[in-house]
Amino acid sequence: MIRSTSLPLIVTLATFVIAYALCASAYPAMLSSRVVANLLTDNAFLGIAAVGMTFVILSGGIDLSVGSVIAFSGVFLAVILRDTGIHPLAAFALVLAITTAFGAAMGGIIHYLEMPPFIVTLAGMFLARGAAYVLSVDSVPITHEFYDWLQDIYWKAPSGGRFRLTGALMVLTFLAGIVLAHRTRFGQNVYAMGGGVQTARLMGVPLGRTTIGIYAISGGLSGLAGIVFSLYTSAGYSLAAVGVELDAIAAVVIGGTLLTGGTGFVAGTFFGILIMGLIQTYIVFDGTLSSWWTKIVIGALLFTFILLQKGLTWATTLRRRPAPGSPMPS
Amino acid sequence: MAASHSPLRRLAPQLVILAAVLALNLAVFPDFFRIEFQNGRLFGGVVDVLNRGAPTAILAIGMTLVIATKGIDLSVGAVMAIAGACAAKIVADGHGWGTALAGALAAGAACGIWNGVLVAWLRIQPIVATLVLMVAGRGIAQLVTEGTILTFLNEGLIHLGAGTILGIPTPVVIWIALGAGVTWAVRKTALGLLIEAIGINAAASRLAGINARVLLTCVYLVSGLCAALAGVIVAADIKGADANNAGLWMELDAILAVVIGGNSLLGGRFSITASLLGALIIQSVNSAILLSGMPPEFNLVIKAVLILAILVIQSPRIGHWLYILRASGGDPAPRRAKTVKETAR
Repeated sequence: MIRSTSLPLIVTLATFVIAYALCASAYPAMLSSRVVANLLTDNAFLGIAAVGMTFVILSGGIDLSVGSVIAFSGVFLAVILRDTGIHPLAAFALVLAITTAFGAAMGGIIHYLEMPPFIVTLAGMFLARGAAYVLSVDSVPITHEFYDWLQDIYWKAPSGGRFRLTGALMVLTFLAGIVLAHRTRFGQNVYAMGGGVQTARLMGVPLGRTTIGIYAISGGLSGLAGIVFSLYTSAGYSLAAVGVELDAIAAVVIGGTLLTGGTGFVAGTFFGILIMGLIQTYIVFDGTLSSWWTKIVIGALLFTFILLQKGLTWATTLRRRPAPGSPMPS
Repeated sequence: MAASHSPLRRLAPQLVILAAVLALNLAVFPDFFRIEFQNGRLFGGVVDVLNRGAPTAILAIGMTLVIATKGIDLSVGAVMAIAGACAAKIVADGHGWGTALAGALAAGAACGIWNGVLVAWLRIQPIVATLVLMVAGRGIAQLVTEGTILTFLNEGLIHLGAGTILGIPTPVVIWIALGAGVTWAVRKTALGLLIEAIGINAAASRLAGINARVLLTCVYLVSGLCAALAGVIVAADIKGADANNAGLWMELDAILAVVIGGNSLLGGRFSITASLLGALIIQSVNSAILLSGMPPEFNLVIKAVLILAILVIQSPRIGHWLYILRASGGDPAPRRAKTVKETAR
């Protein structure tokens, strides 16, 4: 029998395959490698941010600062490349250092001051967005030959699709995330924390180190997503990427990760991202549907997956404890 | 809290912070407390804070009840957009403002019941359950307005957001009346006690015979109604329904107001008055930043730093450290220790 923990992942995978098949039967052109390549390129920044979000949610927390950190990274890069002669690679390193430290600081506050992640990362969201405003209110274009060079790297598939560097970076991030979550002690600690903080403490999980690490990863990956976003748009704008954290959370949930923490897969998030990208692509192909249907369909999908998870939790509890009138899990 | 001690002691931290922020306002704008009566309406810095803070304050009333049951309602911003869109649509179709208000409230109630059913009957975690409507809600609002910003010129509806009652701006009257009404309802009956019981221990409250399902659904219903009212006020204020921007991030302001009000996100004891003070503190901070003439770019940074400072002061860990400090300082006055313990909870 299929283990109930991996069932959400299988359902996500099946949803993606069925949805893609439906799309392809309506518009055969959607099978083209161009569409696949664009699916990867267009969602690269969201996917990278969602990997960090997966770790945060697996540990039972939440990170609302993701979108703001992406905007801050973009503006910071644009301003620093405009005003100084620094090489973009050095600027990238600087951005990653700042955002990782920012995430670690939020993790530290959450752990040492025992404050809810929701409120701490909310303050972080204001702070990062505000810092982006302070740097520049206007959209700052990025014109650097190194950027042009990076944007021109692609592998052209025989049928015309261009697989760009950013899409590959997203796939690499997902692979690294999978290894980190399932093959390292840190990953096991994250799962343990999500299963129950008290239990994890008694098991000897270093809570402080793990919490700081989780939010540092989320911050750092948001910074990386910001770099990818700046490559994608060739500009830094402080109002960009509003609400990306919601998209990332939605992708994680559609990917089969329990928002209470402790159960889920990084790979599921990848298919969550692809499903969301597919909905958008379908709407573009259709041409008559308005863009707000994206939000409604994603909301409906979220609801379906939450119900599915709930049903699974019920099923496992009932099997384990068949006594009548047993208390519901809450 | 209020029942056994003086309510003033419960509200003291919020009152002190509010006084400090208002003093800051006075420092940057000496005429802040002057109130004038012109064209049949009160004008002045304080009136402005009360008026502009109305949507947050109204949301905070519903949010306080939801948070007291150990829940959270992320959808209020989206519900505001839906309610504003419905009101504008009904007025644009030629109906009166009463119908529009009723329609908007009905939409809010439907959203609230949806959230309540997900949380109370399907037992989905509140943050997840309300996330669904938060994501889909703006899409629904855009469906109602058909992607445009619906403007209207109905005098009655506009009066709700920009008019006055006896010289006082209507939104101020609405939020004060609503706050007083809900406070009365939960404190003069056992309702407040039952809500706190659910928040502190859901299983125990069920064993004690509380009908948690119906009560939870009602709490989310109230939150939906509050959000709808706030949405109508915001739409009436700008004489139009903007599905994309109406109520954007308002859920975060409302939650902040509740947290600044000293209500625990883990449920249990709550004070609506303290949440309303929290909403006023947020609005006063906004007004202080505006009046000081600082570049608007700094707004968010200053707000974030202030929030962090307020939260750190209220952090249970800091309270615990203070308690230990005082206990080891050789002055273990029992009354004092008790107060600190209270904040430490």
